[in-house]
Amino acid sequence: MGKYIVQGATGDFEIVLGLEVHAQVISNAKLFSGAATEFGAEPNAQVSLVDAAMPGMLPTINAECIRQAVRTGLALGAQINKFSVFDRKNYFYADLPQGYQISQFKHPIVGEGTVTLDLADGSTKEVGIERIHLEQDAGKSMHDQHPQYTYVDLNRSGVALMEIVSKPDMRSPEEAGAYLTKLRTILRYIGSCDGNMEQGSMRADVNVSVRRPGEPFGTRCEIKNVNSIRFVRQAIEYEAQRQVDIIEAGGKVDQETRLFDPNKGETRSMRSKEEAHDYRYFPDPDLLPVEFDDAFIEAARASLPELPDHKKARFVEELGLPDYNASVLVAEKESCDYFEDLIAALAKKVGKDVKDVAAKASNWVTGDLFGALNKAGKSVTESPVSASQGADLLALIEDGTISGRIAKDVFEIMFETGKDADVIVEEKGLKQVSDTGEIEKIIDAVIAANPGQLEQYRAGKDKLIGFFVGQVMKETGGKANPGLVNQLLKPKLDG
Amino acid sequence: MTDLTKLKIAEARDLLKKGDISARELTEAHISAVEAADALNAYVAKTPEMALEMADKADAMIKAGGQKGMTGIPVGIKDLFATKGVHTQACSHILDGFKPEYESTVSQKLWDDGAVMLGKLNMDEFAMGSSNETSYYGPVKNPWRAKGSNNDFVPGGSSGGSVASVAGYCAMGATASDTGGSIRQPAAFTGTFGIKPTYGRCSRYGMVAFASSLDQAGTITRDVRDGAIMLESISGFDAKDSTSVDIPVPNFEAALTGDIRGMKIGIPQEYHLAGMPAEIEALWHQGIEWMKAAGAEVVDINLPHTKYALPTYYIVAPAEASSNLARYDGVRYGLREMVEGGGLVDMYEATRAAGFGDEVKRRIMIGTYVLSAGYYDAYYLKAQKVRKLISDDFKRAFEKVDAILTPTAPSAAFAFGEKSDDPIAMYLNDVFTVPASLAGIPGSSVPAGLDANGLPLGLQILGKAWDEETVLKVSGVIEEAAGFTAKPEEWWR
Amino acid sequence: MSNIDKATVAKIARLARIKIEDEKLESLAGELNNILGWVEQLDEVNTDNIEPMSSVVDAKLRWRADEVTDGDKQQSVLKNAPRGEYGFFAVPKVIE
Repeated sequence: MGKYIVQGATGDFEIVLGLEVHAQVISNAKLFSGAATEFGAEPNAQVSLVDAAMPGMLPTINAECIRQAVRTGLALGAQINKFSVFDRKNYFYADLPQGYQISQFKHPIVGEGTVTLDLADGSTKEVGIERIHLEQDAGKSMHDQHPQYTYVDLNRSGVALMEIVSKPDMRSPEEAGAYLTKLRTILRYIGSCDGNMEQGSMRADVNVSVRRPGEPFGTRCEIKNVNSIRFVRQAIEYEAQRQVDIIEAGGKVDQETRLFDPNKGETRSMRSKEEAHDYRYFPDPDLLPVEFDDAFIEAARASLPELPDHKKARFVEELGLPDYNASVLVAEKESCDYFEDLIAALAKKVGKDVKDVAAKASNWVTGDLFGALNKAGKSVTESPVSASQGADLLALIEDGTISGRIAKDVFEIMFETGKDADVIVEEKGLKQVSDTGEIEKIIDAVIAANPGQLEQYRAGKDKLIGFFVGQVMKETGGKANPGLVNQLLKPKLDG
Repeated sequence: MTDLTKLKIAEARDLLKKGDISARELTEAHISAVEAADALNAYVAKTPEMALEMADKADAMIKAGGQKGMTGIPVGIKDLFATKGVHTQACSHILDGFKPEYESTVSQKLWDDGAVMLGKLNMDEFAMGSSNETSYYGPVKNPWRAKGSNNDFVPGGSSGGSVASVAGYCAMGATASDTGGSIRQPAAFTGTFGIKPTYGRCSRYGMVAFASSLDQAGTITRDVRDGAIMLESISGFDAKDSTSVDIPVPNFEAALTGDIRGMKIGIPQEYHLAGMPAEIEALWHQGIEWMKAAGAEVVDINLPHTKYALPTYYIVAPAEASSNLARYDGVRYGLREMVEGGGLVDMYEATRAAGFGDEVKRRIMIGTYVLSAGYYDAYYLKAQKVRKLISDDFKRAFEKVDAILTPTAPSAAFAFGEKSDDPIAMYLNDVFTVPASLAGIPGSSVPAGLDANGLPLGLQILGKAWDEETVLKVSGVIEEAAGFTAKPEEWWR
Repeated sequence: MSNIDKATVAKIARLARIKIEDEKLESLAGELNNILGWVEQLDEVNTDNIEPMSSVVDAKLRWRADEVTDGDKQQSVLKNAPRGEYGFFAVPKVIE
């Protein structure tokens, strides 16, 4: 894949990208209070007095949030810091009740790591993680509910966030998209964040700068709170061009914070003449440093499932899946779980090794099953056809009870009704006809009924075998074993 | 009928146990005393109905055989402790009308033991001050006056209301807080016993925060035994406070054996200040003699970084305060000042300008500055390093001695307005108390004598971390030796 | 080291969100300079290789179990609010 270039009037520019992802931690309670974290509650119903920053309230740390941050760091191959400190980040905003956010500045809980991107052309690229730290989320301000007033809901205030900071290693919108996709997949795999960008449980701040090839990094602008991967790519494209245009016009890019407007497809400056924030970070005197030992880290490590990259490699190398199928399956852990349950059941049913049934099964799962799920707008966890039901269906094909063609019809009915494959086959009498004698009788009847075509075939029109096959299938209501039909038909036609 | 307001806690405990008096009677007497003492301006909120309800509960508790040290004892609560449904404003205008929906752990422990709340006590705004002259509710008057004078004197601060109520016989004990000396210094100014425990001994949950790494709750009582009883009641681990330490609370009263034979008492040379009033030096010397007479060994020690304690404190405390007070913004509680045609920022700026007093504003500004970009290393980080040196000074000293004896304050109480023009002159009041706050060690002030004008003077005892028992024991010996029986003339009734 | 002028005082006041009247800026600068000049004596202390002391507590941070034990008190939370509407805190809008 060639380098991504932004064309300026006088030459080409490269873009340099870094991403800061804010990922809400999956936990029952908030980072420093015992209030619930669930989405969608009544305003200020999931707010403790600590979250509301009442006078005299104090933070106490949630063990699970620490564990999730460590698990995330391990899943990204990152350095885990057994000693870390919470600092106060001081600024004023209506949805920040304390007037400071408890975050980590100098001593984050996780250090350097890596994310491997899967690019469209099949290549991979490693992007560095700089650090991960824990911090409080802010509440929500709603500016459109009242003409004079902003309404503030503190339900989200205090929910644990992991801020995952990448190194500025990305060079194209595609890479940024691939980074977010992979990161999201990993977080969902390990269950530390649900990665739901629309709901805001995962948000990206994008740092964009441009430079002529060979020059040092240019001034960067930060585009805050972009909430979809598509918007991230669009925002980068727009912003890179904007910066190039400024430079080509002889100007300098101002370092500033910007927002992406998805309706206009543009980025705009967040504030007109705001001074740079001075957050006055200092260690939070209401807390002590977070400390844990190797045993804690090992227990966290043991709790991790097989990660996507490893799983994909195993699917391809050990199970013989085509690369494409493996990629599709590993994108979501639920898909893999479904697939692996299915092939285990299938292998058992047909008395073979999973290696022997995996590739074909993966075609069915990624093709037929996912096709039907997408059409119905369902996720794999909502599939009306369970993994063991899928295994039943594929077993019926494998042992010749039904043909692949009939299986598609059976599947449609399974999807609609949730009934088992063998029940449907029985009810609809769809068993494949594999009785040689019966098929021969029908072939004879068809040949007898179509003398004209027979003559044409014998005269050289080989393709007419298809016609005869079709007729036999019609006579048998599609149930004749197609392989057998071809086998028996040809000699009879040839005469 | 004895004046019930003159009883000490230990005495009342006995009488209540025997049934000679009831909690209700004791409370009624104090409610009247509170009413009659408005001239002191010690109370900013009075809770007589609640007090009577609590007294009745206490009587029931005693009858049922569950009497504790503080059962039925009427106390005042410093306005910075959250008391459910009751005025809690840290004596600031910015918390106008605030009545919390929650109780501080310290006050809850008192109520669990059956104590009775008379009301909320006046203090310097947000605990920032050494004279109780910065309160939104006006200054507190020291029950003590100079001989032959009708001038008003400051009670010390920030716990001015706490000491005035106890010294003025309208509370048997009072909760107080100490960040740089706000329990010890006013205790010295009013002839009362004040004790600040080890940092982490009492919970800070529900205490309006000033400087988180320094704030500690403590008690004001009329004598050491009462202090031991009340301190035990409010001490203890609290999971809601991450800086609270899980260490058992000893029976503090049991420490008052009066026996300090063989103990080593340290005299820090750096506390001999140039220009210190002769009376203070003399009192300190007297204290040394009392220690020797009681069989203790007096040892000169060095705390080399003493002179840097005040400047360290006046960087660290304002820095933490500037952040702790950011929540007072007119959004969720307290004062809100709207600006015509203005937006959110205007509201913040107007609310905080109108709500905070001058001293609070000054400290927020200093704190903001020393944390700001470019200055953090030079000021805040530097101060935290010097703090470590000061703490290490004490650790080293306590390898050689069991307790340290110093004067509590560099002067007796002063007249109103005498020091309020120069903030630094005011800050110097805490020169002897601040080092212990920075190190987090326990300290007390015991009434030890009177100055030439008849105003009380105190001696400070410092102990090692978690050794309040030694502090109390030595305090008890000083108290015994000093035989301080002077009382203020009750001009305020 | 420090010499705070009117402009700096204004900046600090801005950071602290406290409105200081123009005529007060000068005198406040003086007061602050006075205090800062006094605390600068810490420069005399050699603090090479000294760790800054963030906390006097010699203990480990205690961790809390991941249970929902709080919240569900909308009324309490809004009880003291200067302006609460429909369960929200209402504040004047930010003026861009």
